[in-house]
Amino acid sequence: MEWVFNNSDEILRYTGLHLYQSVVPLALGLMIAIPIGQLARQHRALGGFVLSASSVMYTVPSLALFVMLPVVLGTGIIDLINVIVALTLYAVALLTRSMVDALNSVDDGVRQAATAMGYKPFRRFFHVDLPLSVPVLFAGLRVVSVSNISLVSVGAVIGIPNLGYYFINGMQRRFILEIVTGIVLTLLLAVLMDLLLVLIEKLLTPWTRAAGAAPPTDAARAEALATGPHHDTGAAADPGRAPELEGRGR
Amino acid sequence: MVEFEAVTKQFHSGSAAVDNLTIDIDRGAITVLVGPSGCGKTTSLRMINRMVEPTSGTIRVNSEDISSKPAAQLRRSMGYVMQSAGLMPHRTVVENIATVPRLNGQSRKDSRRRALELLDVVGLQGAMAKRYPSQLSGGQQQRVGVARALAADPPILLMDEPFSAVDPVVRAELQTELLRLQKDLSKTIVFVTHDIDEATVLGDKVAVFATGGRVAQYATAEEILRAPVDDFVAGFVGRDRGFRHLAFNSGEQLWVHPIGTRSVSELPKGNAGREWTLMADDGGRPVGWMAPDSPPLTDRTELVPGGSLYRRGDSLRGAMDAALSSPSGLGVVIDDGGKVAGVVKPGEVLSAIEQSRIDRNRGNGTG
Repeated sequence: MEWVFNNSDEILRYTGLHLYQSVVPLALGLMIAIPIGQLARQHRALGGFVLSASSVMYTVPSLALFVMLPVVLGTGIIDLINVIVALTLYAVALLTRSMVDALNSVDDGVRQAATAMGYKPFRRFFHVDLPLSVPVLFAGLRVVSVSNISLVSVGAVIGIPNLGYYFINGMQRRFILEIVTGIVLTLLLAVLMDLLLVLIEKLLTPWTRAAGAAPPTDAARAEALATGPHHDTGAAADPGRAPELEGRGR
Repeated sequence: MVEFEAVTKQFHSGSAAVDNLTIDIDRGAITVLVGPSGCGKTTSLRMINRMVEPTSGTIRVNSEDISSKPAAQLRRSMGYVMQSAGLMPHRTVVENIATVPRLNGQSRKDSRRRALELLDVVGLQGAMAKRYPSQLSGGQQQRVGVARALAADPPILLMDEPFSAVDPVVRAELQTELLRLQKDLSKTIVFVTHDIDEATVLGDKVAVFATGGRVAQYATAEEILRAPVDDFVAGFVGRDRGFRHLAFNSGEQLWVHPIGTRSVSELPKGNAGREWTLMADDGGRPVGWMAPDSPPLTDRTELVPGGSLYRRGDSLRGAMDAALSSPSGLGVVIDDGGKVAGVVKPGEVLSAIEQSRIDRNRGNGTG
């Protein structure tokens, strides 16, 4: 334990860097995936291409990308930018699909009603389509957040400073405490980020909780009871998506 | 108000959804577009607010070609109500209603005040304002949908099968409510439905669409029931059109026979008489019938349930139905307070129907 106290400054710094290297790509990836997702949904042919391309992108090994990017970008090998760019690419690859799914989960009737009331396309996207895609989009965002936090460690292999360093250094020194520290802090970061995303999602989607609160009619109550078990299993993983999937099933 | 001139809409498959449509929709009236599915009625409605663009032809609103107006601006000048309301699930009731005023750049506060006003107009309580659509029943959602369409006070309302997703009782309620609103508001309403009953109840004018997107008949609801132009319209309005047409014949002339009633509170004591006895509650409202020579009854649940009730002065359709559905053969007539006012006899209702036919023919002959 003494090692932890002696190195607390460095551990804290590496934790901060680790968080930075995983959160920035998540945010950038989201900002890029949102417009791409909308374009892919609107243009069927383009959508097919984008989704295939993003799948291929995700199969490129991360280590290969970390080594390759400095050549392409002209950056130094241990530059943080390499990690940021690589993880942003992965985030875009995963989130584009999530975004398309999320937009497809929005009831087309609502979209048409918004258009009929006089929303222009741009405003409609930000005021109607996007807020309603949040539940499904956040399911994808949570996966990418966790995946990013674990992928960042790989950068340590080529010397980029983050919690991954403690796995490598600990292995070389056969020093278990160092490895455990690295693992525990990585897990902690992943859990905290996930909790944060759940909280943000809750703040963004107050209407999804209202839905189950007070069934308005006897018929609705009976229906809710009848489909109860599905809601339970579905809601645990993803509260917004469960009713949508059931709707398709019928 | 809304004129279609030789409007045709062809979809990519080449089939015509709407074929050379020319109709003139009256200002301040309810015009119903009715027809079987796939007949182009919804497409026609959606061409009015440019949700669908015609392949050829011109649509004018207030004598102005709508294709020259920006689509979003045009749409904000028309209320739109659709099936299952189309409310924004992520907005509260009051936010939903305030949508168009907000789009028009009104302040949050003004739009909100207007929205609360409208909540009252469509008969919803203020407590509903902060709920989300998923917390409302289907009927309440439709009311919110109507309120939202009215929010910017547009002269035109487009309604696309707005009541077809609710149960028959709620639908009848919403129809009555719409007619009540229309009395005060006098909007130009274009209403799409596949239900001929709904069309004749609501429509000042009815356009019957035939498959292939052509209008088979465009006339008053009364005329469509009385004189369908061809076999298609006759078939579409259905077998009961003679009966439904009675809704356009006033029952004012009908003789209402007085009838004695007995109170249900006296049930345990009284024996049945030789004739059917009408039982009423303490407020004089009809409860049911006691059959002739029936054994003494102890409870009102043992009574023979009554038929439909005829409100004095309503159409002959109601009178005929009351007479036909009554177990005693006597149609129960109630006054505006719901109290028993007397009974009508089937034979006399038939005579009244015959008399109104003669009057109508005479009217046609001279006018």
